[in-house]
Amino acid sequence: MRRLLYLLPIALLAALGIAFTVGLGRDPQKLPSVLLGKPAPSFALPSIDGSAGGFASTELKGKVSLINVWASWCPPCRVEHPILMDIAKSGIPIYGINYKDKPEDATRFLANLGNPYVGIGADRDGKVAIDFGVYGYPETFITDRDGIIRYKHVGPINKLDWERTLAPIVQELMRK
Amino acid sequence: MKPKHQRLALLGLGALGLAGAAALVLTAFEDNLVFFQTPTELATKSVAPNQRLRIGGLVQEGSLVKQGSDVRFVVTDLSHSIPVTYRGLLPDLFREGQGVVAEGRFQDGTFAASEVLAKHDENYMPPEVVEALKKSGEWQRTTGK
Amino acid sequence: MIAEFGHFALTLALAVAVVQSTLPLIGAARGDAGLMALAPAGAMAQFGLVALAFGALMHAYIVSDFSLAAVAQNSHTAKPMLYKIAGTWGNHEGSMLLWALILALYGAAVAAFGGNLRDTLKARVIAVQGAIGFGILAFILFTSNPFARLESAPFDGQSLNPLLQDPGLAFHPPLLYLGYVGLSTTFSFAVAALIEGKVDAAWARWVRPWTLAAWGFLTAGITLGSWWAYYELGWGGWWFWDPVENASFMPWLAATALLHSAIVAEKRDALKAWTVFLAIVAFALSLLGTFLVRSGVLTSVHAFASDPTRGVYILLFLVVTVGAAFVLFAWRGPTLAGTGRFDPVSREGALLINNFGLTVAAASILLGTLYPLFLDVLGAGKVSVGAPYFQRVFIPMMVPMLLIMAVAPMLSWRSANAGRAVASLKWAGVIAFAVGFGVWLSIDRASALASFGMALAAWVFAATVYELATRSRTWRGLLRQPRVSWGMTLAHAGIAIAVAGMTASSAWKVEDIRVMKPGETTEISGYQITFTNVVDLRGPNYTAMRGTFEVRSGGAAVTTLQPEKRIYDVGRMPTTEAAIRPTVLGDLYAVIGDPDGQGGYVVRLYFNPLVAWMWTGALIMVLGAGLSLSDRRARATRPLDASAQAAA
Repeated sequence: MRRLLYLLPIALLAALGIAFTVGLGRDPQKLPSVLLGKPAPSFALPSIDGSAGGFASTELKGKVSLINVWASWCPPCRVEHPILMDIAKSGIPIYGINYKDKPEDATRFLANLGNPYVGIGADRDGKVAIDFGVYGYPETFITDRDGIIRYKHVGPINKLDWERTLAPIVQELMRK
Repeated sequence: MKPKHQRLALLGLGALGLAGAAALVLTAFEDNLVFFQTPTELATKSVAPNQRLRIGGLVQEGSLVKQGSDVRFVVTDLSHSIPVTYRGLLPDLFREGQGVVAEGRFQDGTFAASEVLAKHDENYMPPEVVEALKKSGEWQRTTGK
Repeated sequence: MIAEFGHFALTLALAVAVVQSTLPLIGAARGDAGLMALAPAGAMAQFGLVALAFGALMHAYIVSDFSLAAVAQNSHTAKPMLYKIAGTWGNHEGSMLLWALILALYGAAVAAFGGNLRDTLKARVIAVQGAIGFGILAFILFTSNPFARLESAPFDGQSLNPLLQDPGLAFHPPLLYLGYVGLSTTFSFAVAALIEGKVDAAWARWVRPWTLAAWGFLTAGITLGSWWAYYELGWGGWWFWDPVENASFMPWLAATALLHSAIVAEKRDALKAWTVFLAIVAFALSLLGTFLVRSGVLTSVHAFASDPTRGVYILLFLVVTVGAAFVLFAWRGPTLAGTGRFDPVSREGALLINNFGLTVAAASILLGTLYPLFLDVLGAGKVSVGAPYFQRVFIPMMVPMLLIMAVAPMLSWRSANAGRAVASLKWAGVIAFAVGFGVWLSIDRASALASFGMALAAWVFAATVYELATRSRTWRGLLRQPRVSWGMTLAHAGIAIAVAGMTASSAWKVEDIRVMKPGETTEISGYQITFTNVVDLRGPNYTAMRGTFEVRSGGAAVTTLQPEKRIYDVGRMPTTEAAIRPTVLGDLYAVIGDPDGQGGYVVRLYFNPLVAWMWTGALIMVLGAGLSLSDRRARATRPLDASAQAAA
C-alpha cells in the first residue's frame, strides 16, 4: 500500500508524457500534401497580361523545376523574393503561379523586385492553386523530370530552408 | 495524543483539505471553462445567449469600423463570419486579414468581446485560429504574417 | 573562426559531461577517491568550456556576424548594443546555451563551495549535474546548434522582436534561468541522496542554501517578467495566468514548499521522503516550464514561433530525467522514514500545512494550465481556462496559508499551544482588524473581500514584526539577530507587502478608455489630465507617435506623461510604450492608441493602486534570501547556535 504511494509519481509522469506526445503530434503547421509523389495537375494558364502561353503543366516534363505560388499582395512572398532571385541565378528553373492578383500589381511587383520565373501563369480565379492543394501563400513545389511533385514547402523559403532542405532535394532529383 | 491518533488526525486533515481543494477546482472549472468555437461551428450550432465563448478566425478585410473607443469588425474563417463589437484599445498586432481570438458572449446577434487577443510575435498564429481555418478548409499559413 | 572555436568548446563540454556523469558515480560506489576527485575537476572544466562557447556566441552577436544562422535570424546592425548582447539569449538556440551555462555554473559552484560535503555525496551530486548537462548539451549540439553557419552571409540580420527590445526583458531570462536551473542542484542532491539511500540533517542543511539561491533568483525573475508585462504590454495588468507565466510560478511554489520542508527534515528528522520528492518535483516543473515555452503545445501570449522536433527532445529529456529520479524514489523512498514525531499543532504541523497548501495550489495551477491540452488530446473540444479559474482556486487556497503563516513562527517544535501563540498575537489581530475595517469604511468601492485581503496582509506583516520583536527583545538584540533569521522575517514581510499590493491593484484599479482630442481634459482618481499634443519622432531604430499629457492635482502641476506608440523599422512591428508615474499610493498609467480619423485619439488611463508595493515586496523577499545566504551559518555543517535554531 505504502509502496504504491511511492509509485504514484511515475504513473502521473507517464500520463503527462503520453498527453504531451499526442499534443505535440497535432502540430497545426505540419500539413502533408496529398499530391506528393503524384503528377502535378494538368493545366494551362495564361500569362499575367492575359495572353496565352503563360505556364502549362506540359512544360514541367524533362527537367527538375520549382513551382512557386505567389501574389503581389502577399507580404511573405516579398520576403522570399530575393532568395528566389538567387535560386534563379543558379540556373534552376522556377515557374510562378500568380494567385488571384491584379495584372498591373503583379507586373509592378516583378518590375521592382526582379523576375526570377522562367514562366508565369496567372491563376486569376485560384482554380489551379486549389488543384495543387495550396493552403497558403507563398508555397513552393519541387517536381522531377517526369513532372511528379516530390516536395512541398509551405510559407516563405528562407536561406536556411533552401540550403538545408530544398537545394539538396533538387540536386538529388537532378542526379537521377 | 498517541502517535497513531496523531497520524490519523493529520491524515484526516489532509483528506479534508484535499476534498476542499477538489471542490474548489471543480466548481471553478464549471464556471470558467471557456469553449473555443469557430465561426462555422457557431453557424451550425445553437449557443446559449449568455455563454462565455472564445471565437477565432481572421479579421475580415475592410470590416474594421472605429467609432471613438468602440470597435466593430468581422471575424471570419473564410466560410462563415461573425460580427464582433469591442470597447477598448485593440492589441498592437491587431490587423485586418490577420488571425485574432476574441473572448466574450453573444448579444443581439453580435459577439460582444470583452477581450481581444493577438500575439506578441508577428510570425505567430494562434493555434485556435489555425484550427478554425483548417476546419473551414481555408487554411492559409501566411495570413498570420 | 571564433564561432568554430565555440562549437568545438561545446563539443568538448559534452565529452567532459560524459566523464563527469559516470566515473565519479563508479568512484563513489567503490570508494575510489581518485575517481571521485574527477567530479569537481569535471564540473570546473565543463563550466569553463561552456563559458567559452557562450562567450564566442556573444562575440558573434556583438560584431554582428551574420554568417551564423542564429545571428542572422535574431539580430540586426541597427540594434542598440545592449540588445545585440541580450540577443545572445533572446532566441531558442542562445537561450538553451544560457541554460547550459547556468547549469554548468551551478555544477562548478557545488564543486567550489561544497568543501564540507561528504566526498561520496559531493561526487554523486556533481555526477547527476553532469548527466543533466549531457542531456542539454546533446540537445543543443544536435537540434539547436547556435554556431550553425549559413553558406553565404546576408547583408543584414532579421532583427529581434521589438517587444523584446526592452531592458526588463533583456535580463528577465537570465534571472529566471538562474532560478529554474538552480533547482537542478537540489534535484541532483535529491537523486544523490536516493542513490546513497541516506537523507540526514546534514543533507537537508546542504540542500537549503541551494534551494534558497534558486528561489531568490526565481522570485526576482518572475517579478521582472511581471513588471515587464505591466509596463510594456500596455494593459495595466501585471499577471495574466498565462501558461508561460504559470510555468514559472509552479516551480516557485514547489521551491517555496521545499525551503520549508527542508527545515523540518533538518531539525526534526521528519518529512524526509517528502522533501526529496519536492526537490525532484521542483526541477521537474522547471523542465516542464522550458518544455511548454519552447514546444508551443499550449496557446500563450508569450509563445514564440515553435518547433515540434525540439519539443519532442525536451519532452524526452524531461521524461528520462524525472522518470529516472521517480524510479529511484519509488525504490528508495520507503526506506527514508524519519524518526521525528510531532503533534498536529506544532511548528512542524504548521510547516506541513504550508507544504500541503503550496503543493495543492501548484497542482491546481498545473491542472488548469494543462487541462485544455488534455481535452484537446481526448478530442473533447477546444477550451481555454481563463484567469477567473486561477483566481477562484488560488486565492481561497492562499487565505488559510497566510493566516497560519503569521502564527507558525510563534509555535514551538514538536508540540505547541496554539491558543497561547494566537493570544500573543492579539495586537497584530487588532491592527489587522483596524486595517480591514478602515479600508472597508474609507474606500467606498471596497468589496468586503478586498478589505479582508488588506486585513490579511496587515495580519501577516504585524505578526512578522511582532515575532521579530519578541525574538530580539531589545534594540541591541535586533542588531544581533543572525542574518538567517532576518532572511525569514524579510521574506514573510515581503509577502505581506506584496499581498497588499496585489489586493489593492486588483480591487481598486480605475480604468478609463476614451477618445480625446488635443486640448481636452479629463479626470481620473483626483488627477486632472490634459491632452496637450501628439508629435511624431524618430528613435534609433523606430519611429514613434508620442502623446503628451499634463497631469495636475488640485491645480498644481504634478507631472507630464508621454506615452508612445512605436513602429520598428525592421518588421514594421508596432509596440505600445505606456507612460507611468509611480507613487507610493498608486501608479498613474497612460497609453495612447490609434487616431480615430477626426482629430481624436483613443486614450487609456489607469490608476493602479499600490502596484509599487508588489515590486517592493518581491524585492524585500529577494533581499531576505540574499541576506540569509550571506550568513555563514546557512552554509555551515556544524549545528546552528541556539538563536538561529529558534529563528529558523
